[in-house]
Amino acid sequence: MSTPTTSFGREAAAAISRSKNEPAWLVALREEAGQLATELNLPKPEKLPLTRWTLDQYGVSRPGQSVTTASELPAAITALLPEENSSALIVQHNSSVIFTQISEELKAQGVILTSLEEASRNHEELFRKHFMTAYSKDEHKLAAVHAALWNGGVFLYVPRNVTIEAPIQALLFVDDAEATFMPHVLVIAESNSRVSFVEQVASSLGDAASTLLHNSAVEVFAKAGAVVQYAAVHQMDSSAIDIAYRRAVLDNDARIEWIVGDLHNGNSITDTKSVLKGNGSTSDSKIITIGTGSQRMSLTTQAVHFGRSTESDMITRAVMKEEATAIINGITKIEKGATKANGQQTEKVLMLSPKARGDANPILLIDEDDVKAGHAASVGQVNADQVYYLMSRGISRKEAERLIIHGFLDPVVSEIPLKGLREQLHRILERKLG
Amino acid sequence: MSTQFEIQGLKSSIEGKEILKGIDLKIKGGEVHAIMGPNGTGKSTLASALMGHPKYEVTDGSVTLNGEDVLEMAVDERARAGLFLAMQYPSEITGVTNADFLRSAINARRGEGNEISLIKFVRQMEGKMKELEMNPEFMHRYLNEGFSGGEKKRNEILQMMLLEPKLVILDEIDSGLDIDALRIVAEGVNAMRSEDRGFLIITHYQRLLNYITPDFVHVMMQGRIVKSGGPELAQRLEAEGYDWVKEELGIVDETVGQA
Repeated sequence: MSTPTTSFGREAAAAISRSKNEPAWLVALREEAGQLATELNLPKPEKLPLTRWTLDQYGVSRPGQSVTTASELPAAITALLPEENSSALIVQHNSSVIFTQISEELKAQGVILTSLEEASRNHEELFRKHFMTAYSKDEHKLAAVHAALWNGGVFLYVPRNVTIEAPIQALLFVDDAEATFMPHVLVIAESNSRVSFVEQVASSLGDAASTLLHNSAVEVFAKAGAVVQYAAVHQMDSSAIDIAYRRAVLDNDARIEWIVGDLHNGNSITDTKSVLKGNGSTSDSKIITIGTGSQRMSLTTQAVHFGRSTESDMITRAVMKEEATAIINGITKIEKGATKANGQQTEKVLMLSPKARGDANPILLIDEDDVKAGHAASVGQVNADQVYYLMSRGISRKEAERLIIHGFLDPVVSEIPLKGLREQLHRILERKLG
Repeated sequence: MSTQFEIQGLKSSIEGKEILKGIDLKIKGGEVHAIMGPNGTGKSTLASALMGHPKYEVTDGSVTLNGEDVLEMAVDERARAGLFLAMQYPSEITGVTNADFLRSAINARRGEGNEISLIKFVRQMEGKMKELEMNPEFMHRYLNEGFSGGEKKRNEILQMMLLEPKLVILDEIDSGLDIDALRIVAEGVNAMRSEDRGFLIITHYQRLLNYITPDFVHVMMQGRIVKSGGPELAQRLEAEGYDWVKEELGIVDETVGQA
């Protein structure tokens, strides 16, 4: 398949930035990243060559139509919204954020929810202090491209000691295969704040001939004692490529909970990493995926321990069907000085087809003696004894297998903080497992 | 029609090794039969073969439930026909809650379009759990996951109570139970005794039979039922062990498989 490629580099990045009237420092940042994009290599995911992936189609800026009330949102978007009357909701459509809603109550507490583009103008200091610091633009070509081309995006700021009860919702939606769709989510949770954030990535691309590259990033900064729950559900059409680099940086006693459904229908690279910088910080990552068709996926979870008495737990569960391939990497790294750290990880793969492939690679890198670390990995088929047990109660083989497969994913699904999204997730699972 | 369960000349092998060497047994509705015997004589194999565990190959004989050929049926069909096996080692299944599992099982029996209402189901399940002195939170726990041995056994009895089978097989339901749990489980079984339900209780110890009085006691050795009698037979076995049976029948020790 020949696909039109946007030639891209320093000049192109700067032009985009200027066309949006961005501040000079941001023009410079994009320019620098654009330059890096021409110099750096693609990342090299374990056992998954990217050589035949279309990763150089960046699209053009196609902003969505901004609206002022939720009722004006396009029907395709409304249908995807898990909860009505949300106290905080932000929607990106193709290349721009088209809607932001935040309750007066949250505003009064000093909570900020805006597009990231707007934050670059109105909250320069916070933006510059955090943006692309946890996910560096010089990590690899995809990071540089993202830093140069990101658009729309979400900026969430939670002041110290503020607890937000209801989850903040973000819907990132694309229905134009030629659009640049590269959102960046930046969450800053100040000391002792608590917030739950739900991010949903969806598409409606029809029979688009071209490849859509969703080159996205998430950066979460949890300051001392802050607790951030970050739930993400990604599902786009198979013609899209899902790139999602997620990073959390934790100060003393801060906590991150990742709850991720990487349920995309096309190729994907996701990398969810917690940096446990502060003493006593903790990270809990739960990730599920379902491989269908001929999709290729690289799923990595990482925990890097710097602080003393830090704890991380990572769980990945994958169901592999048809001819799909998933390479699942769990990396626990404990740095020298991170005494009393405890890093645990489990990867489980359920194989439903002899042609599918699921590799689980647990990796422990430990430079400190006084720590605990553990890993467990398994790749197997539906357990015959479990099927027998359920059938012995009158449940058909088909239904027994369905219960077991859904059950396999439930420890993650049941953690999704929004009921509406949980139900949507169940529908996605039914469809993918069907 | 009262339940009629009939086993004739049943032979079964595991991995080519014959364990059951011809079992004959008739159980009518209302009757409680106990099968006793030393470890490794094929008692649990009988239970698994009747339920249709894929590892156990039936090589000869017939099994009928109210005239229907059980051996022709798949495992789930046997269950829907009214067979129930309380297992010695119930599976643990992550992600499937006890309630979801039981509702699926009940609905599988009731058939499409005739599903039990959620409210009615919850009320029934709560009621039976109370009878079995089970913590209500077990309803929403994953199936058998993290349950103690005794909790698993109670959960088996809970399933039996809700599924209302015609022929109940209890495979070593008493193993791993303390005396209180044993009493509760036995009360659950006794509450289910009725004219249209038969029981086959497999046990290594007579202890359980103090709580559930059998109508018939059978001794199994080397893959066969070698002796049958009334409740007094169980008491004698408890007091004197199995050696006298072997002597009486001239049986030389030889185990045929794992119980």
